[in-house]
Amino acid sequence: MNVSYLYSLLAVIVLGLIAYAGAVVGLEALFGIVIPYLAVLVFFVGFVNKVLDWAKAPVPFRITTTCGQQKTLDWIKPSPIDNPTTTVGVIIRMLLEILLFRSLFRNTRVEFKGEKISYKWVLWLWLFAIMFHYSFFVVVIRHLRFFVEPVPFFISALETVDGMLQIGLPGLFISGATLLGGATLLLLRRILLPKINYISRAADYFPLFLIIGIALTGILMRYFIKVDVVKVKELTMGLASFHPGIPEDGVSALFYVHLFFVSLLVAYIPFSKLMHMGGIFLSPTRNLANNNRMKRHINPWNPKVKIHTYEEYEEDFREKMKEADIPVEKE
Amino acid sequence: MKDKGKIIVGLVIFVAVFTFPFWYNHGAATQAPEPELTEKAKKADKCVEETAYMRKEHMQILDEWRDTVVRDGKRLYVNASGKEYMASLSNTCIDCHSNKEKFCDKCHDYASVDPYCWDCHTYPEEKE
Ligand code: HEC
Ligand code: HEC
Ligand code: HEC
Repeated sequence: MNVSYLYSLLAVIVLGLIAYAGAVVGLEALFGIVIPYLAVLVFFVGFVNKVLDWAKAPVPFRITTTCGQQKTLDWIKPSPIDNPTTTVGVIIRMLLEILLFRSLFRNTRVEFKGEKISYKWVLWLWLFAIMFHYSFFVVVIRHLRFFVEPVPFFISALETVDGMLQIGLPGLFISGATLLGGATLLLLRRILLPKINYISRAADYFPLFLIIGIALTGILMRYFIKVDVVKVKELTMGLASFHPGIPEDGVSALFYVHLFFVSLLVAYIPFSKLMHMGGIFLSPTRNLANNNRMKRHINPWNPKVKIHTYEEYEEDFREKMKEADIPVEKE
Repeated sequence: MKDKGKIIVGLVIFVAVFTFPFWYNHGAATQAPEPELTEKAKKADKCVEETAYMRKEHMQILDEWRDTVVRDGKRLYVNASGKEYMASLSNTCIDCHSNKEKFCDKCHDYASVDPYCWDCHTYPEEKE
């Protein structure tokens, strides 16, 4: 079995221990101020740079993945979203892709049923992915409560909805549990399914372990090994308002592990597969209308070719063609 | 790609949205909340448990109290140093910390928590 996940697991554990040790020996300012600021800087510069790099790549031809009937003769029913020919169609297609992961929804698995080959519709990956991504989104929005003062309405409203189960005190946030659950299921999928395992590399596991590490440390701090949340907000508000400082006691080393993991994740995004966050908007297989047969797309780097059209050809040889009884278009 | 214009617009939106905390606070330093103690609390000098412990675990204590009272009918709580308290939100906590708005809520507003306890439990109106 492919065990590259062990390297990623080991890397995450070592990184966590480094932050823990750092906080214990008094390097709070490094892990609580310097590294988070650097991470945010790397994130923005790296992200913008990557997108600009992609923007430079020429796309001379429409390479849309077509998932339905192309627009053609009037009596053949076209599929305007799965094979869009208009900008509106493309926008709807992109929204469905980004918000509902439509292409994952169509996932099929090929299997041999005795002699016959079968294609089975398999929804698990879509389900785990939706669960994971939306939980992550809610968790990120909720965390804004640590970075803004006063806390705007939409954040408190989200907290109320997320905590509606009212289990325990502090109340359970559903998104925290589903984030950890989703990430764990996605990890198990990579480890346990032989075909997926075969194509998985350390770079596939690392972000999963990192996110699981973030979720675990966060859940520990909220429900089990408490930190002083007011002190934590003092620190994070210092970062967000550019008046950084480290509050005296109350913020445990576990918090610095959490913050270090988050800093790593944020800084890692532009250089990894996590860049699909920006990339999904720029996938030429999705964001282009399939109008290859309606519009002429000229390759911008084509060399100038000297052409000789049929009209010009006929012009040159009309008399000779008539003599040889070859039909001509113009008399 | 000839969509450079659109991509730049997208990037500008991305940066504007993702820097939300930075421009929302516009660099203003904020003050951490300082919960005020009532005369009664000052006289008592000590909370139910150690102050540092209270800051982190007071919700856990309330949760425990709620369960022991409502499920087991035990209304007595003995703290780490052997002192006895009646396990009650309104009659114990809010007896000392009767200034809910200037005590509990100061922290809670800052940390954006809004305990739903007050839907049923009472607290005295603030009187100056
Ligand atoms: C030192 C600041 C501080 C003070 C003072 C304080 N709290 Fe809290 N309280 C918090 C923080 C911070 C949380 C949220 C912890 C979290 O989000 O993990 C909280 C959470 C709670 C919760 C759980 C809310 C939920 O829905 O999860 C209850 C209940 C609660 N406090 C009751 C009280 C009461 C009653 C008082 C006054 C007697 C009080 N607190 C005073 C800081 C404080
Ligand atoms: C006998 C009076 C008394 C009772 C009852 C009491 N407290 Fe306190 N509480 C105090 C005092 C006094 C302090 C301040 C201690 C100090 O400054 O070291 C305090 C501090 C606190 C703090 C920390 C505030 C800070 O500024 O760091 C919290 C949170 C708190 N109490 C919550 C509660 C909760 C919740 C209850 C009910 C479970 C409760 N208290 C019951 C007297 C009381
Ligand atoms: C739906 C109404 C309701 C809500 C909301 C509610 N409680 Fe209660 N609570 C009760 C009732 C009823 C009792 C039983 C009172 C008794 O037997 O003295 C009780 C009892 C308690 C007790 C022990 C008795 C006492 O005098 O306090 C505690 C502690 C308590 N609740 C804490 C909480 C906390 C903390 C919250 C918020 C997280 C909360 N409750 C939310 C209805 C509610």
